[in-house]
Amino acid sequence: MDTLINTLLQPLQYEFMQRGMIAAVLVGIVCAVVGTYVVLRGMAFFGDALAHTVLPGIALGYLVSGGARDTLFWWALGTSIVAALGIGAISKNSQIKEDTAIGIIFAGMFALGIALISTVRSYAVDLSHFLFGDVLSVSTHSLWLILIFGGLVLLAVFSFYKEFMTLSFDPVLAATLRLPVGLLNNLLLTLIAVTVAVSLQTVGVALMVAMLVTPAATAYLLTHRLSHMMLLAAIFASLSGIIGLYLSFYLSIASGAAIVLTATVFFILAFVWKRIKQK
Amino acid sequence: MYSHTHHETNQPILDVSNLTVRYNGRNALEEINFHLHEGERVAVVGPNGAGKSTLFKVVAGVLQPNSGEVNIYGSRPRGHVCIGYIPQRNQVDWTFPVSVADVVMMGRSAKLGPFNWPHKKDWEFVNHALETVELSNLASRQINQLSGGQQQRMFIARALAQEAELMLMDEPLTGLDTPSQEGILNLLDRLKKERVTVMVATHDLDQAATHFDRIMLLNHRIVAFGNPAEVLHTENLLQAYGGRLKPVDGQNILNIDDCCDEGDDGHTH
Repeated sequence: MDTLINTLLQPLQYEFMQRGMIAAVLVGIVCAVVGTYVVLRGMAFFGDALAHTVLPGIALGYLVSGGARDTLFWWALGTSIVAALGIGAISKNSQIKEDTAIGIIFAGMFALGIALISTVRSYAVDLSHFLFGDVLSVSTHSLWLILIFGGLVLLAVFSFYKEFMTLSFDPVLAATLRLPVGLLNNLLLTLIAVTVAVSLQTVGVALMVAMLVTPAATAYLLTHRLSHMMLLAAIFASLSGIIGLYLSFYLSIASGAAIVLTATVFFILAFVWKRIKQK
Repeated sequence: MYSHTHHETNQPILDVSNLTVRYNGRNALEEINFHLHEGERVAVVGPNGAGKSTLFKVVAGVLQPNSGEVNIYGSRPRGHVCIGYIPQRNQVDWTFPVSVADVVMMGRSAKLGPFNWPHKKDWEFVNHALETVELSNLASRQINQLSGGQQQRMFIARALAQEAELMLMDEPLTGLDTPSQEGILNLLDRLKKERVTVMVATHDLDQAATHFDRIMLLNHRIVAFGNPAEVLHTENLLQAYGGRLKPVDGQNILNIDDCCDEGDDGHTH
């Protein structure tokens, strides 16, 4: 027993581990709740594309600020919101199919981001930081930003719960009820964008979609109510964050990858459990 | 609050004039003119792709016409929340994590307004609507667990919770077994007492003739519109259905060579 408690407590002696834990849990909760809608509305590819599209924004911020990381959040937030609304508009009005349009923009912007970062000498290290995140280097300042903006996202999801549910289940009903459909759609895109910006430092560009989709999909397998799905997803995401960071500490693996792998294991367990139960 | 239009009750509940809708260069609806009075029950009959869904979406204010006007109690549909649109069952995501009561409560979202959660009054509306369609005992079920007829009755309950005065039902009977179809038709009879006006798209001419006040025969334009005896002539039906209709023995016994399972216009939005 003592060894177990020691194993659990030892990493928390380090302040960077404490901050990392808090960040991973907060980000996990926000991603999971917003991710519920990403899963239900089939927006996984959009989420993945959005995360990648943010890279040139961060790169530019990085070059302008000469390598300081504290201002990067604002660059990420700006790029993310512009990209989300831009992709939303293009996929609505485009002649080519939505996923093709998203694919073109996302790969183009991602390439631009890599090109910009490659002008810096410490290119490889910086790029991997943006791509895979580094939750253990989260500063107290960043933690506050995550708390405030993550909190705003949750507040919006809570305030427009019945509107988003109606819109996602039956857009025609939402239109006949004269809900402001266009406005609500753009609000939801903006919430996903803010979530991406908030989570960037924790899981990075490349693994972002996993945080949006995996805990929500796990919860989707286990419940039939939207509110329960959000709650369960948030629990799975928080646990993934905590367990992932312990794994990262003791096995010396990259933190973002450890968190995502833990979330994936939860999904596989839920999937298998459901299969067995159905038989 | 979300803004809504108020009613001029001396006007017909629905007045459609010179309505034309184009899809990809073709006319889906041409020069549609008709009006409905409060409490009427109208069956809209026509072959697949005749524009039935399109007509319903324009009346519901979800789709804008290229020309012409739709008036609900004398004003445009955009402001009204009294129109209940009941979708085809194959257009619904039945795995969505909501209960029957959740779906019926969605009908109240507009009346509630932003930032509000359901009050006691809203739950009373929902419970009463569920009682009317005889689904009270299934209120907390996930929607996936309902039979086809129950799914359809749930949507009617949602329209009732919405306080809909005009109900547009897109092929509610398609794919249901006979007892379920009878259940829905009896329910529509009961709604007549509550002065709910109903437009139903259907493929079944026999049911259209026996359960509805008027029949609209539609094939991009209105071929005929009136009481069943006036409308269901071989000549009219041949005009509406063209080669897909085979008169049997020269009588008014008709055999429609038409697949009912597909969506109306072959497009989704």
